[in-house]
Amino acid sequence: MMIQYITRRVLAAIPVLFGILFVTFALARLIPGDPCRAILGEKATEAICDRFIREKGLDKPILTQFGIYVSDIARGNFGDSIRYSLPVTRLLAERLPTTVELSFAALFVSMLIGIPLGVVSAVRHNSWADVVTMVWANIGVSMPVFWLGLMLAYVFSLLLKDTPFWLPPSGRVSPGVPDDPFFEVWKLTLPESGFIFSVCQFISRLNILNALLTANWELLKDSIKHLILPAIALGTIPMALIARMARSAMLEVLGQDYIRTARAKGLTRYVVITKHAFRNSLLPLVTVIGLSLGGLLGGAVLTETIFGLSGVGRTLYDAITARDYGIVQAFTVVIAVFFVLLNLIVDISYAYLDPRIRLT
Amino acid sequence: MTHANTKVAALDAEGLSLKSVSLWQITWRRLFRRRSAVVGLFILLLLVIIAITAQWIAPYDPTLSMLDAVPPQHIKPRAMPCVHIFGCPEDQPQHILGVDANVRDEFSRLLYGSRISLWIGFATVTFAIVIGTVLGAVGGYFGGWLDNTIMRVMDVLLAFPSLLLAIAIVTVLGPGLTNALLAIGIVSIPAYARVVRASVLSVREMDYVSATRALGGSNLQILFRRILPNALTPLIVQGTLGIATAILDAAALSFLGLGAQPPMPEWGKMLADERNQVFTAPHLVFLPGLAIMLTVLAFNLIGDGLRDALDPRLAHVS
Repeated sequence: MMIQYITRRVLAAIPVLFGILFVTFALARLIPGDPCRAILGEKATEAICDRFIREKGLDKPILTQFGIYVSDIARGNFGDSIRYSLPVTRLLAERLPTTVELSFAALFVSMLIGIPLGVVSAVRHNSWADVVTMVWANIGVSMPVFWLGLMLAYVFSLLLKDTPFWLPPSGRVSPGVPDDPFFEVWKLTLPESGFIFSVCQFISRLNILNALLTANWELLKDSIKHLILPAIALGTIPMALIARMARSAMLEVLGQDYIRTARAKGLTRYVVITKHAFRNSLLPLVTVIGLSLGGLLGGAVLTETIFGLSGVGRTLYDAITARDYGIVQAFTVVIAVFFVLLNLIVDISYAYLDPRIRLT
Repeated sequence: MTHANTKVAALDAEGLSLKSVSLWQITWRRLFRRRSAVVGLFILLLLVIIAITAQWIAPYDPTLSMLDAVPPQHIKPRAMPCVHIFGCPEDQPQHILGVDANVRDEFSRLLYGSRISLWIGFATVTFAIVIGTVLGAVGGYFGGWLDNTIMRVMDVLLAFPSLLLAIAIVTVLGPGLTNALLAIGIVSIPAYARVVRASVLSVREMDYVSATRALGGSNLQILFRRILPNALTPLIVQGTLGIATAILDAAALSFLGLGAQPPMPEWGKMLADERNQVFTAPHLVFLPGLAIMLTVLAFNLIGDGLRDALDPRLAHVS
């Protein structure tokens, strides 16, 4: 039953994936300006441009171009970045870790604070704690990410300067902190390029993971310090959403008969809340958390801009303004595919948590 | 029936009249019973008043740069607030919230900014609701391949993080506030299309719809007079919350330089222009952001309040 359900969901995602490829292809083609002169410069002559267009296959019918694009991507060939003269996949392996680390830190912060807040305000319904949490959650969802980031930087980097609470306003690591990749510390011999190399590069650029792998406590401390402010800025909206959802889901469950039964048979309040109520309120929470991850990617553009991080969001934004088609197409596809996969995982975990969904 | 009539007559005789209460009156009353919604309505009312009266209450022209004014009228760019009753020299012009980098009065710019933000919110959501309703209604009512095509397109739009898709669309259209609004509008269409489609599907096969069809009602008549009114409540809730998101996204686009262009007093743009001065002139970053947050908060509070007020499952609360 479960396998059938998963197959159905995966099959339903395929047309959406094709749509994504088409939209990114179309958007990149629609960006105004002549691609030849955008790449080779304003002074390119007609003859040079003609050759360029023929070489890049831009003179072929639009459907043929789309076909070539799709088959290239299927083979893992995302093309080159014009500005950096590098394969886009290399850039992606370089920039993605920053965004992944930031997103997970933000999600971690939002769950760590949001879930307990929501549960407590449901259990103590209408108490002052509930009121304060809900006021706070309402303010949280209304917060412009970029404003919050700047204000946090102002408070923690300037006002709290020379106190132990000082936090750095930008970057990922302080200069001078050793950040040798784990494969060098472990003295692994890696192939010069290729898939395994890229994966190792990717892992080594996840600073916190790399610090743990190499037992580099200085790097670990420094990376975490750099990550706190961006993670709070990016995590505030999901935190508020999670707190609200946790509260309403818990409230609904706490009103059920089986909760009263559990209490009546003599279980402690604590056991009833954690074992009976919380588990049953997980379902809507999973959806909110999954969907927040998608929103985090959008918010990452703003957070990365403010905190001077060169992650996927910032790179994509720079590429769009610089008409770097290669990056725009590849990064948008990767983000959108990631988003679709995420929704798929949410759907599947939903079915796992609630057997009734599999049947419909 | 007669029983009810006698009851009404009896009540009338006692001087009590049974007035019919419309859904909107009930909603309005329930909305006013929620403290958070009242706070939201109050902020919104204040914003609307500011937006309408900006030209009379703003002390300066929001786009007027006083960079070349001669002393003592001349003040430095990004000067701190100067209020006469708080000890600012009388011969200096009064700027209660200071001036920005081009020596424009920050207070006046903030006041005028409310017009732009409210306009952004209503314009984008109206656009998205109109298109989303048509798409959702047509898809839900006629079904088949048309419905399938429309909803797959909506799925694709939803597959992109909304802000990123909006950025991409603005890049295609070219930066500017109108294009930013269009982009945010396009990005938010799927939400409304889904809401309307769900409502249409839920009543399409109802007896009263069949009855209208049997009486010879046209498709358009059935759709607009019999089916769509059912979608109104969820649309209103979604729309109010959508205004909040639209304002937030528009401010983000302006912050990235893709939305409002200078010298327009748009809050996101004002904040973006001064973001590198956050350590030296924090008030120029703090105030526009606060204004954005309060506006978004107002719509969020009203939207949440409306959702509860319009929820028939909570009818017994009223």
